[in-house]
Amino acid sequence: MLISLFITCYNDTLFPETGKAVVRVLERLGHEVEFRAAQTCCGQMHYNTGYARDALSIMRHFLRVFDGAEAICIPSSSCVAMIRDHYPKMAAESGDAALRRQVDALLPRAFEFSELLVDKLGVTDVGAHFPHTVTLHTPCHALRALGVRDQPIRLLRSVRGLHLVDLPGESECCGFGGTFAVKNADVSVAMLADKIGCIRETKAEVCAATDNSCLMHIGGGLRRQQTGIRCMHLAEILAGQDGQEGQAVQGGGRKGRAAR
Amino acid sequence: MIRVGDAARAPAFPVAARRALGNAQLRRNVRHATDVIRNKRAVVVAEMSDWQDLRESAHQIKDHVLQHLDVYLEQFEDNCTRAGGRVHWARDADEANRIVIDIIHGHHEREIIKVKTMTSDETGLNAALEAAGIVPYETDLADLIIQLGADRPSHIVVPALHMNRTEIRELFQRTMKLEALGPIGTDPQDLTNAARAFLREKFLRVNVGFSGANFAIADTGSVCVVESEGNGRMCLTLPKILISLVGVEKIIPAFGDLEVFLQLLPRSATGERMNPYNSIWTGIRGGDGPQEFHVVLLDNGRTTVLADEQSRETLDCIRCGACLNACPVYRQTGGHAYGSIYSGPIGAILTPQLQSMQHSTSLPYASSLCGACYEACPVKINIPEILIHLRRRIVEEQGGPLGERLLMKAAALAFADSSRLSIAQKLARAAQWPFKRGGQLSALRGPLAAWTASRDLPAVPAESFRDWWKRLRPDSHEPLRGAKATSNSGGGGAPPR
Repeated sequence: MLISLFITCYNDTLFPETGKAVVRVLERLGHEVEFRAAQTCCGQMHYNTGYARDALSIMRHFLRVFDGAEAICIPSSSCVAMIRDHYPKMAAESGDAALRRQVDALLPRAFEFSELLVDKLGVTDVGAHFPHTVTLHTPCHALRALGVRDQPIRLLRSVRGLHLVDLPGESECCGFGGTFAVKNADVSVAMLADKIGCIRETKAEVCAATDNSCLMHIGGGLRRQQTGIRCMHLAEILAGQDGQEGQAVQGGGRKGRAAR
Repeated sequence: MIRVGDAARAPAFPVAARRALGNAQLRRNVRHATDVIRNKRAVVVAEMSDWQDLRESAHQIKDHVLQHLDVYLEQFEDNCTRAGGRVHWARDADEANRIVIDIIHGHHEREIIKVKTMTSDETGLNAALEAAGIVPYETDLADLIIQLGADRPSHIVVPALHMNRTEIRELFQRTMKLEALGPIGTDPQDLTNAARAFLREKFLRVNVGFSGANFAIADTGSVCVVESEGNGRMCLTLPKILISLVGVEKIIPAFGDLEVFLQLLPRSATGERMNPYNSIWTGIRGGDGPQEFHVVLLDNGRTTVLADEQSRETLDCIRCGACLNACPVYRQTGGHAYGSIYSGPIGAILTPQLQSMQHSTSLPYASSLCGACYEACPVKINIPEILIHLRRRIVEEQGGPLGERLLMKAAALAFADSSRLSIAQKLARAAQWPFKRGGQLSALRGPLAAWTASRDLPAVPAESFRDWWKRLRPDSHEPLRGAKATSNSGGGGAPPR
């Protein structure tokens, strides 16, 4: 299958390794990956902070960029939730019938990374090797908006050498919440302290998730407290193979197909 | 004047929250109480195979009522009046308080006994009564604790959850003056006995009872109050005169609709299958119960909320408090931080709307949008959606903070065009160097200082994903065909490179 990667703005900027890992996993499974270079953002930050008009412009751009894509892989559960939950409403509100049709056409083809692997491609064993103790944080958007909870668990359980431990208080928010983390920094940090307490309780070496925004928050706290616990996007764990664990992918595999 | 308690004078949420976070006792109590109710709720909800259908039914009933509120209110008035009740209409808090005071003065009474009524906290009734020379006695145990301590409720259902039994014992000892009882212990039984001795005398003596309503039933003109302590039943049946203050959104069309709500409410509120006391009364009956019954129907901003289609389902709320118990923000701060008698997620959307977005505009941001409230809500109010809608109203009607506006504008420009995003990434990489230490940013200035005060932030790495892709797969880095021609994003299309 030709899979179009929507890297998302913050993964592109801050977590390029996640994108490389996604490419590596998908190509290892025999799929072609394209990267449409005109892509930018889904509009979530603007929308959630109250800047709906800007979000609408960003959505229009997104729809143009991914027009006709066979399947879109998005390694960020909150961005998928933005697209799935809010794009239809924004399109309806715009009164633009063409835009509504574009959104309708997009939705069945946009997948969160673990959802794409498990639900769409029917894969749980991606041939990964990661000999570490891992706990899984389930992002609120994955859990409640997308219903993505079991997919990452099934993928992690199939990783050789990986010991998965349950995270207590799994359904509690880590306190990120986009601009909430800055506007209400004190409460955000108090929520994070609880989350970190739960993670430490697991004695895991790595905290994984399907969303780097939660992990940026959790990881920022774990590092500040010098816990030694690493945060890794699910894709980076799944990309790990014998002798290559955690390493950046240096353009391995077949060449990506030209973007449109 | 439209008023939600003293919320108009409350400090902004982040300020009040910071104060609350420093109170270990409060946080421990809030955590314990919400954990207990959550766990009880989970058990009694799990045993309902049709829980989701019930939620949907309740949502649809409420939605229907709100679309025909005028019809149902008049139907309620007709049926209540026919049964011997007297219906009054109050535009706002002051008008409601005046109506209540006039009724009490009309009978030359100086005291009333009250069942827990959030709506009267909303109108500030107790202060108005006291100013008019009338003494109100709260009879719900927790509300009594709040009243005796001149405190503020911190939860919709369990308003004194921020206090522990030792604090309550001291309060009772100081304020109740129950010499006959001797020193009060900290045992719940001792505390209850003290409250019972204090209240019973009032139940038997005071001639005016006062209540709110959980539901007002249009097709019968009945009012329904559910409670756990029996104090409500006392207030509703013993006095000669009964006054009920009812928000206009409390109307349900038919008696039969209680079937839905009386399954949802107790399970959501206290984790019980049924409330211990369910009182439903219709007008008056000669020789039985109060011989004079008044209903005050209160607007106080509700019709303004009704006018906003995007957020009117806020009025679906049945005040169960399940969203508070589920909310990770509330569970850290407790209710006082919300500056309103309506706290937690529902308070964050209800308070600012009732006040026409004039006050409490920090509340719609007091949420990480995690969605736990929506999941718990028995009438399916999509609170996260409404929070976002209210943020949008703040931005569009009042303008966001200047720094935020500039940042959002700059980001929107970058996101309109990937070449600009690339430039922004390069700028960020250059700007961060004075702050960078071992791949992390630990002490930023400006708005992000709030982040790095307690958390590291990853530095922007040397190469973005798009640059990596371009470097290793140059043949695939082609412009988006046609984007330029069709672009109307305000920032131009994708760049031909």
